[in-house]
Amino acid sequence: MSVDTAQAPISEERKRYLKKLKKRRMAIRVTQAAILVLIFVLWEVAASLGLIDSFITSQPSRMLRTLQNLANEGALFMHVSITIAETVVGFVAGTVLGTLIAVILWWSDFVSKVADPYLVTLNSLPKVALGPILIVWIGAGPASIIVMALLVSLVVTVISMLNGFNGVSQDKIKLLKTFGAAKLQVLTKVILPASIPTMISALKINVGMSWVGVIVGEFLVSKAGLGYLIVYGGQVFRLDLVMTSVVICAAAAALMYHGVSWLEKKYIKWSQ
Amino acid sequence: MNGQSIVSMNNVDLIYQSLEGETPALSNISFDVSEGEFIGIVGPSGCGKTTILSLIAGLIKPSPGKVLIDGKEVEGPSPKVGYMLQQDHLFEWRTIMQNVMLGLEILGINNDENRERAMKLLDTYGLAEFKNHYPQQLSGGMRQRVALIRTLAISPKILLLDEPFSALDYQTRLILSDEVANIIRKEKKTALLVTHDISEAISMSDRVMVLTKRPASVKKTYRIELTGDDRSPIELRKAPEFRHYFNEIWKELDIHVS
Repeated sequence: MSVDTAQAPISEERKRYLKKLKKRRMAIRVTQAAILVLIFVLWEVAASLGLIDSFITSQPSRMLRTLQNLANEGALFMHVSITIAETVVGFVAGTVLGTLIAVILWWSDFVSKVADPYLVTLNSLPKVALGPILIVWIGAGPASIIVMALLVSLVVTVISMLNGFNGVSQDKIKLLKTFGAAKLQVLTKVILPASIPTMISALKINVGMSWVGVIVGEFLVSKAGLGYLIVYGGQVFRLDLVMTSVVICAAAAALMYHGVSWLEKKYIKWSQ
Repeated sequence: MNGQSIVSMNNVDLIYQSLEGETPALSNISFDVSEGEFIGIVGPSGCGKTTILSLIAGLIKPSPGKVLIDGKEVEGPSPKVGYMLQQDHLFEWRTIMQNVMLGLEILGINNDENRERAMKLLDTYGLAEFKNHYPQQLSGGMRQRVALIRTLAISPKILLLDEPFSALDYQTRLILSDEVANIIRKEKKTALLVTHDISEAISMSDRVMVLTKRPASVKKTYRIELTGDDRSPIELRKAPEFRHYFNEIWKELDIHVS
């Protein structure tokens, strides 16, 4: 029982133990940071010494300059915010819609069975292949990009949420039924709350998925955004621009992922 | 006896249908339970003990036959009946208090009065200080006690106990069965206990029903009369008649390990 974590004075041994833990955590953090720094330093030095061709590989100092130029032009904020906005909208829409569809499939076993082969096929279909269709139907603009991000995350969300719903213990459902619960009550009292951990892990996966969708979408249609900068940079052989955009992408995606983790910690008190 | 019996089963059959075929689970079961009685149900594994409880709880319907509560045919789950499962199945995202309120919420009667009563139950049975804890902070025995209170919170007249102690270790099991029997007696509930444990059945029950192998029917019923001033199950296990009942029921169960 972890009910009464005693407020007794901390023993020497425990102090040593906690110190050791803390030290280890620090060591991990420091090593992680060191690897990142090392990569950039090696990159910079190798490029300066001419060991690698900075025209092809770019160089951290040049990327920094590119970043500064973009910022001065006011273009940096514009491109980054467009991409992030598209990603967030696609991500939220994919998750909400996916969960909604999963609820419908959970509700009706018949519909679920009928939809099964379609879901499996759609899941294995590379969504990028739908790009040209989206452009023709929706137009070469942000809407297409958002739909692309949504499509990439949608089917995975449906499948993982449905698995989560169906994985809820039958006995928990039986318990509710002994109280005379209707199907809607089974859904709201047990299925949905029990699936919150599943939903969080779906969210975590969807962060990555939506980024894939948005960047691919921007490759295909856009006139702005990080994906556009990457493609444009590649076409005019400005690798500085490409590398800078990729690094920004990585940073933004990581931030979004941590945002979801933060939500998880904040709202799932009971799962710790 | 039919006039005063709170639960009665009349010639009940039950057949489970599946793709592989039909599985008869119960065959011609008839019995009556009077108000305030504690009935133990024992039988070989997989003989359909739980099916009997599911029928009384209104979760399934008999193939032919009648299940009556207070003389009325069971149409579906009713707040008169509380069901306690093998595992506590407390919802880990709800606090203890919120778990206890679950049945009341579903029945749409989570008013102040009922909340008060649920709180009182927690208080009486030593769980009040944990009301804002989450289930994983409690021990197995405490969790199962919370599960009982969750069942009692809807004020059922009849309690169905489906091997409620089988997931617990032996010591906890003894202590908890003692507590539960006392709680049920104190709250003046009628109870049906399904168990594998013959001793548990004898020490807690007024009558023990022995079922046959599947399809189950009632093989024999024993009225348990144990001498002793202390009516708690742990003390009753020391009664001189205890062994006699144990041997009789064991023989009747006719278990072969083959």
